[in-house]
Amino acid sequence: MAEGKLCNRNMINTEEELRTLLADTSGKQYYSEMMDLDVDRDKLKATLDKTLKSRLKTWLEICAHCGLCADSCFIYLANNKDPKQVPSYKIQSTLGQIVKKKGNVDNAFMRMTMDTAWAKCTCCNRCGMYCPFGIDMGVMFGYLRGLCFSQGFVPWEMKIGSGMHRVYRAQMDISTEDWVDTCEWMAEEYEEDYVGLKIPVDKKNANTIYTVNAREPKHYPEDIGEAAALFHIAGEDWTVPSEGWEETSLAMFAGDWEACKLQVQSVYDAIDRLKPKRMVVTECGHAYRATVIEGPYWTGQKSGKPPVESLHYVEWVAEALRTGKLKIDPAKKIKEPVTYQDSCNYIRNAGLGDTAREIMSYIAEDFREMTPCREHNFCCGGGGGLNGIGRYREERNIGLKIKRDQILATGAKLVISPCHNCWDAIRDLEEVYHIGIRWRFLKPILLSMVIIPDHLKPEE
Amino acid sequence: MYQFVTGPLAWLSFGIFFIGLIVRIVLYIRGLDWQADRVTYSVNTSYGIKGAIRSIIVWLIPFGTRSWRVNPGFTILFFVFHIGLLVTPVFLQAHNILLKERLGFGLFTISDCTADFLTIAMLTAAAFIIIRRIALSEVRILTDWYDYLVLAITVIPFITGFLASHLIGDYQFWLILHILSGEVMLIAIPFTKLSHFVLFFLSRAQIGMDYGIKRGGMKGKGLAW
Repeated sequence: MAEGKLCNRNMINTEEELRTLLADTSGKQYYSEMMDLDVDRDKLKATLDKTLKSRLKTWLEICAHCGLCADSCFIYLANNKDPKQVPSYKIQSTLGQIVKKKGNVDNAFMRMTMDTAWAKCTCCNRCGMYCPFGIDMGVMFGYLRGLCFSQGFVPWEMKIGSGMHRVYRAQMDISTEDWVDTCEWMAEEYEEDYVGLKIPVDKKNANTIYTVNAREPKHYPEDIGEAAALFHIAGEDWTVPSEGWEETSLAMFAGDWEACKLQVQSVYDAIDRLKPKRMVVTECGHAYRATVIEGPYWTGQKSGKPPVESLHYVEWVAEALRTGKLKIDPAKKIKEPVTYQDSCNYIRNAGLGDTAREIMSYIAEDFREMTPCREHNFCCGGGGGLNGIGRYREERNIGLKIKRDQILATGAKLVISPCHNCWDAIRDLEEVYHIGIRWRFLKPILLSMVIIPDHLKPEE
Repeated sequence: MYQFVTGPLAWLSFGIFFIGLIVRIVLYIRGLDWQADRVTYSVNTSYGIKGAIRSIIVWLIPFGTRSWRVNPGFTILFFVFHIGLLVTPVFLQAHNILLKERLGFGLFTISDCTADFLTIAMLTAAAFIIIRRIALSEVRILTDWYDYLVLAITVIPFITGFLASHLIGDYQFWLILHILSGEVMLIAIPFTKLSHFVLFFLSRAQIGMDYGIKRGGMKGKGLAW
């Protein structure tokens, strides 16, 4: 069966394989090899037989073809209500056909399926809320991505991303040494402004273990400094693990279930090693979803819960504000109109809508909701890995129109976005559509308005 | 003929209907997999049950969910169609007389006038559902012959029953056709997507448990459907 040198059914398990794939700029050779990649039909059928259970089977079978899912999908709306973007159509014409044909599909079909699974669905799960049967096409697309991945039909960046998790236990090439160095560097930087600030690495029995998104040490190290400053001001007994510090999961976006498990297990191992009382996850939606919501299932935790109580960063912030560990200077609250981007992954899929509102009540004087909001909010436009796939940049930019219009309708020029993916999508929508907005994580906003106790202030 | 279709054939079709549905329920539940579905059905079950009940009830209330509210036209069609479809045959006087004759008990009944009203309303809703299928591009693209087939299976007993009860044309002919088409529907329910007769509840319960246990139900107020 024909397989390419770069585009194939094998997993990336070594640094060398990863380098080779990365060297293929924009995946030019990778995608050209994909044109000739054979479908392993027996394997596909065997996978279906083993993994397609009654929930998905029933969803595919009983869909009444009523079309109520159409308007729930931001991609459908952004594409001028193109019927080919109706969620039910997208899943029936891909997964539905694979199931109907018992895996007997060809290369062209699989490429179409890949383009549908990654460019026409961000797995935001909104459609499932609008279907009378509760058919969640986001869940089905997640499953379909797994089938595509196992056959080698996966966007180049996703293959790299899952490979990164396999090799580095992080979505980017950051070694343990790089990570610990970054923590030390940030501790030095921020210690100048906050007396006694430390970033304790591998401290045992701390109250809180803090875990991050690899983009932070790689591209925004100040985020770690800001987190440290806020923990320090709040008097939190915290630590970061030297290994198992990465919460994100491009493997989840890629449909590489094995790598999902490897990644999450590394975090759970760190918890096991350091015995913290609880975990706090940085401002990232899918990271929280992967490690706290789905991870327990990948790793077989019968309780469905991570080994210790785990909080999204917004939960920690809300708690710190509520208990007075962080106090806001009223004069420094946000005066201008401000809106909040509800991340699908921790609002719709983890129930933290109220938590976000609680924070806004402490920090903003003119908070404006998007319409719709909370669980019903639209995806930022870049979720599910779509932000990171060059092949679908055009499709992604079209999808951003919905979020653009939602933000414009609030009249706010400032968007609080405690999710890396949403943050990126909103940054990109400003770049593409120039609507004159600014976007912020919570940490810098909080740090600009929090009251710093005198003993933490450096001597002039 | 009448004896045959209301005798052995009726027993057979009711048998297939009930046993078929029980099999569907058992297969659905047995096919649930906590790890693959990523829902701990048997841990934190109280949250799951709460989520499941809410997920079913709010969808049974007209305009009870955001989806119903933002699609008022379809919501009205949906409820008129389904209420007519379920209430009319179960509580019809003629059916309950037959039930009493055969099994010795009958249910509460509705007047024939109400039954006529429900039948006409249900058939009108069906007509609009067909028009909607053809007229709206987002529904047209999903529609295939199978959707029309299941719709035909459900409306033919109502058309034939209405004609028979109002003695329009040949009574015997419409009556036999009514009984036969009703039996076709009973047999079709477990084998076609009409199985949503029970799978609606199971599927809604499942997604309700998903949200109730895993996706925030244990932290927030529960999903605002």
